[in-house]
Amino acid sequence: MEDDKVSLTDSQKKARRGRSVAIALALVAFVVIIYVVTIVKMGPSILDRPM
Amino acid sequence: METAGLAGGFGQTERTDRVRMALVEKNGYEDAAFRISEAQAGDYLALLKPRVMSLVVFTAFVGLVTAQVPVNPIIAVVSILAIAVGAGASGALNMWYDADIDAVMSRTADRPVPSGRVLPGEALVFGLFLSAFSVMTLGLVANWLAASLLAFTIFFYAVVYTMWLKRWTPQNIVIGGAAGAFPPMIGWAAVTGQIGLESVIQFLIIFLWTPPHFWALALFKSGDYGRAGIPMMPNVAGEASTKRQIFAYALLVAVVGVLPSVLGQASATYGVFAAALGAGFVWYSWKVLRMPDADRVMRPAKALFGYSLLYLFAIFAALLLDSIAARLGAPVW
Repeated sequence: MEDDKVSLTDSQKKARRGRSVAIALALVAFVVIIYVVTIVKMGPSILDRPM
Repeated sequence: METAGLAGGFGQTERTDRVRMALVEKNGYEDAAFRISEAQAGDYLALLKPRVMSLVVFTAFVGLVTAQVPVNPIIAVVSILAIAVGAGASGALNMWYDADIDAVMSRTADRPVPSGRVLPGEALVFGLFLSAFSVMTLGLVANWLAASLLAFTIFFYAVVYTMWLKRWTPQNIVIGGAAGAFPPMIGWAAVTGQIGLESVIQFLIIFLWTPPHFWALALFKSGDYGRAGIPMMPNVAGEASTKRQIFAYALLVAVVGVLPSVLGQASATYGVFAAALGAGFVWYSWKVLRMPDADRVMRPAKALFGYSLLYLFAIFAALLLDSIAARLGAPVW
């Protein structure tokens, strides 16, 4: 069973880490954009609504 | 006409085989579809064609500012970002489809897909994903007219130009140039919710500028295009005809460049500047027209290519400055 495992080379690990960081940054940026745009378009009063 | 026939002969299977062969030859992968990726984040950025993207950002920004409509700066920045990502997505789709011909052209052989760093399927998914996200974002942030124009631009570049026109007709970049001309119109539509005459003129400036820009490149890279089987104008109609057509389009660009001033959308100062820039464009095109057939170094064609880039940047910068001056109430003649 040990032979079935794929072990990544150093360059593959480094590349994967780089891609993961880039995806994380893009996701965070997208969340921030949607958050800020929501406030800009709807105004701060979006938080003052009856529950 | 040999090249046109060659171009028409690319079947889907043959294309896929050529991409796979390029991958195997360059990287020694027996089956390129099943390997662990070594693609860097930068390779995915390269799929977005950052240099084209920078031009898109700039022209879309000019369209947005010249609309002279008050807009929240955050909405403006996010709209431009969405347009830029949409343009980048169409670049990724282009690189997915064109990997076979990119592999045989010196200018494009090191792109992420033909070099084997990114697999064609990865580029396709990346392009589709970003297309959907950019169009949705622009629709939610600005309006759905701008989002529809962005969706149409992506479709036009990736499907109409890349998949259809590019390998079929020497008019490929004439018609396909529309894709590159849409960004200022999208920027304008993002803040006004409509398509104004001013944005149509900005569209026309880029649309008419595209053929002389790319044909100047095609003249001194005709060997590359010929090897790749792309029916560019010099390979199909010959260099003499291409030079005449470059000159004709240069005249049109020079006239359309002045139109914003003639129609009262920009100041007379802009008009004089645009006329001088246009005269330069015509002058460089004239030098190309007078270039002897025996000239293989083609310095005039390279000079025109360089000048055309400067022209487009300068004319849109002038429109931008003129619009800002008008907004600030500066006494511009």
